[in-house]
Amino acid sequence: MPRAVVILIVLTGAALAAGVLALTTGALALSPQRVVLALAGQGDALARQIVWTVRLPRALAAFAVGGLLAVAGALMQVMLRNPLADPYVLGVSGGAAVAALLGLMAGLGTAQVALPAFIGALGSIALVFGLARRGGGWNPARLLLSGVGLAAGWGALISFLLAVADPDRLPGMLFWLMGDLGGVTQAPWGALAALAMLACLAWPLGRSLNVMARGSLEAQALGVPVAQLQPVVHVLAALATALAVTVAGSVGFVGLIVPHLVRLAIGNDQRLLIPAAALAGGGLLVLADTLARTLLAPRALPVGVVTALLGVPVFLYLLNRRGT
Amino acid sequence: MTPLLAARQLVLDVPGRGPGAPFDFALPGGQMVAILGANGSGKTTLLHTLTGLRAPRSGTVLLAGRAVGAWSSRARAQRLGLLFQDDIATFPATVEETVAAGRFAHQPMWRNLSGADRQAITDALDVMQLRDLARRPLEALSGGERRRVALATLLAQDPPVMLLDEPVNHLDWHHQILIMDHLARLTREAGKTALVSLHDPNLAARYCEHVLLLGPDGAAQWGPSAELLTAERLGWLYRHPFACLDDGGVRVFVPR
Repeated sequence: MPRAVVILIVLTGAALAAGVLALTTGALALSPQRVVLALAGQGDALARQIVWTVRLPRALAAFAVGGLLAVAGALMQVMLRNPLADPYVLGVSGGAAVAALLGLMAGLGTAQVALPAFIGALGSIALVFGLARRGGGWNPARLLLSGVGLAAGWGALISFLLAVADPDRLPGMLFWLMGDLGGVTQAPWGALAALAMLACLAWPLGRSLNVMARGSLEAQALGVPVAQLQPVVHVLAALATALAVTVAGSVGFVGLIVPHLVRLAIGNDQRLLIPAAALAGGGLLVLADTLARTLLAPRALPVGVVTALLGVPVFLYLLNRRGT
Repeated sequence: MTPLLAARQLVLDVPGRGPGAPFDFALPGGQMVAILGANGSGKTTLLHTLTGLRAPRSGTVLLAGRAVGAWSSRARAQRLGLLFQDDIATFPATVEETVAAGRFAHQPMWRNLSGADRQAITDALDVMQLRDLARRPLEALSGGERRRVALATLLAQDPPVMLLDEPVNHLDWHHQILIMDHLARLTREAGKTALVSLHDPNLAARYCEHVLLLGPDGAAQWGPSAELLTAERLGWLYRHPFACLDDGGVRVFVPR
């Protein structure tokens, strides 16, 4: 069997295992048999209700968010030729957060802020691409710096909003900022479909991306239509991020560490890296979300806290290894 | 016959330079041509402009009679290849993977490397004496070895017109001669056309029938090396006096 197929099967298995863990653990532990019966629409009503209305939508949401962020990260690291690029580096989450916080302050519920968050994310993307495009051409350094600059601006606005917010609303706002899947009530089919589409695009786009990793001038000389490809991939990555932010708020580090871990494990062939990152990122976030709601049960942690706690040491390790 | 690569009334866009005199040239097929010029004279700018990677200030570049920018990236890369002056590796890759990128323009979107692709890669690795290093990561190589990897990538791309920006940079004498000999063979025997920027006028005199001199003021001179390569002209070109010695009929240029 080709190596790529083995890797994808193993990762699919790991993601499914994380899914089983997510469906069986919680305030009420369910045996795998009860879960399977419930999934098939049989067995006791309680198990069916827990699985279908609570745990399955949440696990699917975690998978979609983790997968989208990991794919977005993998794409941005290649396009910006910067191993430290992540989906939020262009200020996408900042724009989404400002809009979501405004929504929360205006009295919207956690589930209802999805729309303002998506609009904020898209607005931020449009702004950063508009700024970076002004000089003509897609200079990765300018795109990166515009994003970082914009993100800093959003950060200041977020602090301002938190400072003036009604104290009663603060916990909800903080949870959203740290990334939280507690508000998920139905499976995000749109985000899952987008993730599947991105993973499939990896095959036709992957070879161009492999060459793009060598730099845009070299890629052009080798025959990659860089001027056409660059905006398409940047926009895909930004949209994936916007979708993820809309479902779960800003979940940190998945987009940064998962592509790196996968790259270390299997190499940098984008045709395999992108679907593998989707599976690994999705599986990891399902696991992190399960930990988030069980570690300090009955208290739930925002999933962003768990991913960051897992992610920061790995990030620092990678950073230092690069420095040596 | 339409020349494979030609420039019409070309003025390079070298930042900070006044309006230079436009120049014309047509690359003769089956030859190796040298570009000589001081640092900052526009050698790299010229090669990038000819590849269509940057726009000239004025004038046109014609690849097989058609403006270089009018070709699709893929069709252009099948006809014209460029060796960059230096390469920066951001992500780890092995020698073989790097050289395989040279086949990009020959591969259909959906398919993997074909038998012909693999053969071209193996041949390129062999010519550059990289066979034993094929599975080594790029960052474990010396500067000279990396230069040979970049050259092997261009050989795998196998375009009829090859532009090379200081191909023998970082190379010891053995490998300099190995590469120049191989390029000479490719032009003579396989009908390839090569435009090579060099720092050593002696390599130009030894291997190239024509030279393009890029002067300090943006003026370009184009002609047979036997005529253009003289101690006086090199003195003008590099703003440093040269002497021409005779080594049994072979002219050798040395800076005074």
